[in-house]
Amino acid sequence: MHNKSNHFYDSVERREVLSVIVVNRDSVLSRIVDLFSARGYNIDSLTVAPVPNTEYSRITIVTVGVARTIDQIVKQLNKLIPVLKVTEHRNVIEKDTVLIKIPLDQSLSDVDVLARAYNGAIQNVTDEAIVISATDEPKRIANFIKVIEKYKPLEIVRSGVVAMER
Amino acid sequence: MAKEIKKTNNKRLNGSQMVIEAFKEENVDVVFGYPGGAIMNVYDEIYKQNHFQHILTKHEQAAIHAADSYARSSGKVGVAIVTSGPGFTNAVTGLATAYTDSIPMVVISGQVPTVVIGTDAFQEIDAVGISRSCTKHNFLVHDIKDLNRVLKLAFYLARTGRPGPVHIDLPKDVSAALGDFDYSKEWDLPTYKPTIKGNVRQIKNALEHISRSKRPLFYVGGGAVLSNCYEDIRKLVHQIKIPVVETLMARGVMRSDDEYLFGMLGMHGEYAANMAISETDMIICLGARFDDRVTGRLDVFGKKAHIIHVDIDPASISKIVKTNYPIVGDLATVAKQFLEHTSDFEFNDYSAWHNHLLDYRKKEPLRFIEDSDRLKPQWAIKRVGELLGDKALISTDVGQHQMWTAQFYPFNKPRQFMTSGGLGTMGVGLPYAMGVKRANPDMISVNFTGDGSIMMNIQEIITCTQYGLPVINIILNNNYLGMVRQWQTMFYEDRLAETVLETQANFQLLAESMGGVGFKVHTKEEFDKALDEAIKSNKPAIIEVIVERKEEVLPMVPNGHSANEMILLEGDK
Repeated sequence: MHNKSNHFYDSVERREVLSVIVVNRDSVLSRIVDLFSARGYNIDSLTVAPVPNTEYSRITIVTVGVARTIDQIVKQLNKLIPVLKVTEHRNVIEKDTVLIKIPLDQSLSDVDVLARAYNGAIQNVTDEAIVISATDEPKRIANFIKVIEKYKPLEIVRSGVVAMER
Repeated sequence: MAKEIKKTNNKRLNGSQMVIEAFKEENVDVVFGYPGGAIMNVYDEIYKQNHFQHILTKHEQAAIHAADSYARSSGKVGVAIVTSGPGFTNAVTGLATAYTDSIPMVVISGQVPTVVIGTDAFQEIDAVGISRSCTKHNFLVHDIKDLNRVLKLAFYLARTGRPGPVHIDLPKDVSAALGDFDYSKEWDLPTYKPTIKGNVRQIKNALEHISRSKRPLFYVGGGAVLSNCYEDIRKLVHQIKIPVVETLMARGVMRSDDEYLFGMLGMHGEYAANMAISETDMIICLGARFDDRVTGRLDVFGKKAHIIHVDIDPASISKIVKTNYPIVGDLATVAKQFLEHTSDFEFNDYSAWHNHLLDYRKKEPLRFIEDSDRLKPQWAIKRVGELLGDKALISTDVGQHQMWTAQFYPFNKPRQFMTSGGLGTMGVGLPYAMGVKRANPDMISVNFTGDGSIMMNIQEIITCTQYGLPVINIILNNNYLGMVRQWQTMFYEDRLAETVLETQANFQLLAESMGGVGFKVHTKEEFDKALDEAIKSNKPAIIEVIVERKEEVLPMVPNGHSANEMILLEGDK
């Protein structure tokens, strides 16, 4: 009898969105970041904000790894004392926000049209540059950043992913 | 994180008094430590109290190791105190050693006052930043209001779930500040709920598959020691008559002469044990963690087997190999659950498998050959086993002598063997023996060590003298860093890079200069005599045994090989 299932043959990496509910105490954020670096896990995106009307915060982490790694990440996160709950999202709405500063000498009407195509808008205008913002799925935001490249953006700031189960 | 549930018996205390009170409430009877600037407030209160003994080591590292072995040998939480900065950094190796072996400890370090934290003050270091990755949990106490809760939670976290060291960093102003203290208060920790009871359906499922398997094997780890359930495990083994192998950390769970025990497995495991794990069709892992020193080459490990894994730490399950039947729970509880349900199943007769393993043992017994003028190191270990047996508690350092001790000492009960299994910390032996003696004054505390390891904490002989802790250090002296030398001989064409210890201390004089007794022995007769005199002297002792220089630890599973590919001892059986 050969039982191949005892071994980890999986080599396909997958993207995983995790919600980690934590108590805001004992440097919980550094514990989580340390855990990822100490065990060699990836962090593609990480956002933190308090959960309204509780003593908890929600940390949304986007990571990439093989099934075994994801399984360990979830278990190791759960093992941290200030972690209340870890959710692996399966069916999820993800949003990412980007702020982009574009010099005024670029074709602003083109930029405006593009921004709107990605649920965005011009947020601010100075005599040197405009700032546009867009909020959309992370993949579309990545696309948006790619197409906006040719308008010579001066600065690009991404928020990181927030997620909610449908 | 924790909510206050009830309020009673409030006392007004300063932070240092709170530490003392918490120790009193936790029945701490000894604290190992070393004072310094940032922890002086606490030491002032230690001076004034008479609830526990403080043992001043010569180095902070030894204080942590001693508290660690106090915990290993007694099952209680070990306690140590150090100061900020270098006091704390010296403690880090001790914390990491205990963490890797899941040993319950509370370590308090001083810290500079909260107002100067972050200014690179004298003896300031980011202690919790450093200890985060080598403790189960840690706390920096910013406010006296938190200290009561932190102290209580520290002991609670250290001893529950998968045990481990907890570190409290205590700023100097907090240890002086006044606050309310009531240790009877209960604190709820909604984020920490270890699973104690195993899933009954899964347990029955596992038992059913065991009952139908042909070559089942218990693979027992340190969890069986930590959860104090060796009696139930022995009962279980004898009830369903399944062979057992132990990890380094589990030595003594089974009696050394138990007919079902096939010894230690792994890199230097017994031939029969490694063959058993290679051929079994059902691995029943009880509180072990499939360490790389056990599994060898992973892609072939347990390939013929289904795996049942009982562990209190879900993260240990399916970490290295995929588990077919995971059971999360405290082994003490799960073992009882197993026993409750064994009668529900009709187990196969495993005697053919048992006999097959006995044949392996007969073919390649654990042995050494006395073929040189010098004593064999294994002989000394075996001899102490014959002479002292269950009257001795054994510590080791790390290296060849450690493996020989695991192989040749007849361990008959858990908590008899103190060794740094996971981290492999040289220098633990003497402080371990010291902590063991303090926790078990009626037992003989023996430290098997090497001429390399012993020098890493040799200064603690003075501590043993000062506090009346007569420990016996048996140095198996081969003038090498033996284990590294063995690898150099085997895998680096015998290029002995920095492993030859030519210049050595006169160990006899060294022992005597620190208030102990010293012996240098070359023969069996001298050894027996020295051991007898060492015990009778009631002083810390060093017995330096001049042993065969190039003895190898065998069997050996070389790195990257599977468990059944062992280098074996050649020569007479």
